[in-house]
Amino acid sequence: MTNKYWSKKFATLLAMIGLSSYLVIGSPTPAHAMHIAEGYLPVQWAIFWWVLAIPFFLLGLRSIDRITKAHPELKMLLALAGAFTFVLSALKIPSVNGSSSHPTGTGLGTILFGPLAMSVMGGLVLLFQAILLAHGGLTTLGANAFSMAIVGPMVAYVVYNAIAKTGYQKTAVFLASMLEDLCTYLVTAIQLALAFPAAQGGFMAAFIKFVGVFAVTQIPLAISEGLLTLLVWNWLQDYGQQELKILGLFQEKNNLDAETIN
Amino acid sequence: MQKLSINAWLLGGAVILSMAPVLIYQGKEFKATDSINITAIEEVNPGYKPWFEPVIKPSGGEVETFLFATQAAIGSGVVCYILGLYKGRTERRKADEAVAIIKDRN
Repeated sequence: MTNKYWSKKFATLLAMIGLSSYLVIGSPTPAHAMHIAEGYLPVQWAIFWWVLAIPFFLLGLRSIDRITKAHPELKMLLALAGAFTFVLSALKIPSVNGSSSHPTGTGLGTILFGPLAMSVMGGLVLLFQAILLAHGGLTTLGANAFSMAIVGPMVAYVVYNAIAKTGYQKTAVFLASMLEDLCTYLVTAIQLALAFPAAQGGFMAAFIKFVGVFAVTQIPLAISEGLLTLLVWNWLQDYGQQELKILGLFQEKNNLDAETIN
Repeated sequence: MQKLSINAWLLGGAVILSMAPVLIYQGKEFKATDSINITAIEEVNPGYKPWFEPVIKPSGGEVETFLFATQAAIGSGVVCYILGLYKGRTERRKADEAVAIIKDRN
């Protein structure tokens, strides 16, 4: 009873903090980051990130192969997870500081199928955008895949599992997808700072410059991504129980956050 | 009904978060962060020239918008198709179970 009371208080407090910082930070200044544009990574870095990303992609293919072999009935859900990333990364959403960026949508698939499966899904979305939309690029695909399809899902996986243990599954879904989104762009900033250290101050100065305002752009987007992921998650709880049970993700109605959030 | 309202709040929150900036900064152009990124690279390293060009460049903003809209349409089409299928399946199973219960009683 007291537990429930305090989580409600806490949620209200969080909402108030969120709203006020949203309004305070919302000054119109340009931001950095999103995917790294074609040709904008020096050759050695482009190769470096490609080499780093390829093993994850291969492991991801194996992971998907295993999942679909063991449970062919999950193919549909796998398609849903991929399509979700596809939609979200097409949505360039305007953000508080007068710039726009897009969410990544890899959190849902990670929670359902694990981070490795998403390295393939995210990689394919990036490939599509690099070839057809001139968004991101082939030379920078390795780096972009590393941030969006590898580190992002890893973060989501760790966050989800850490919080889901406590029984607050929906909170876990929300925070996992939100932090996954933020970390994707954090990694992009690190990659850019590594490739373009500032003449004065080196890596740190460049990192602060790249991460600077992008974080602000990305925060509302990350929250949006968390909300949308939770929306689809709720539908899956209602209509995809069969699949969630196979994946061991279905929690009965009497779980903790069923009381606080619903 | 309770469930529906939660989902409505989630959707509403996402809409507000994306619409509020548009309303606050009316008339201002929202620059994509990747193009600002390029500006930042040029500031840090003024001599840098991109060494590779996109294979296919969308011819202008209109075509690019079309391609992004297509991507979103395909994605949401697939998501909604599968969710709809799942929903139909669940409702059918519930209806079957209800029929079975009635038959048991008789």
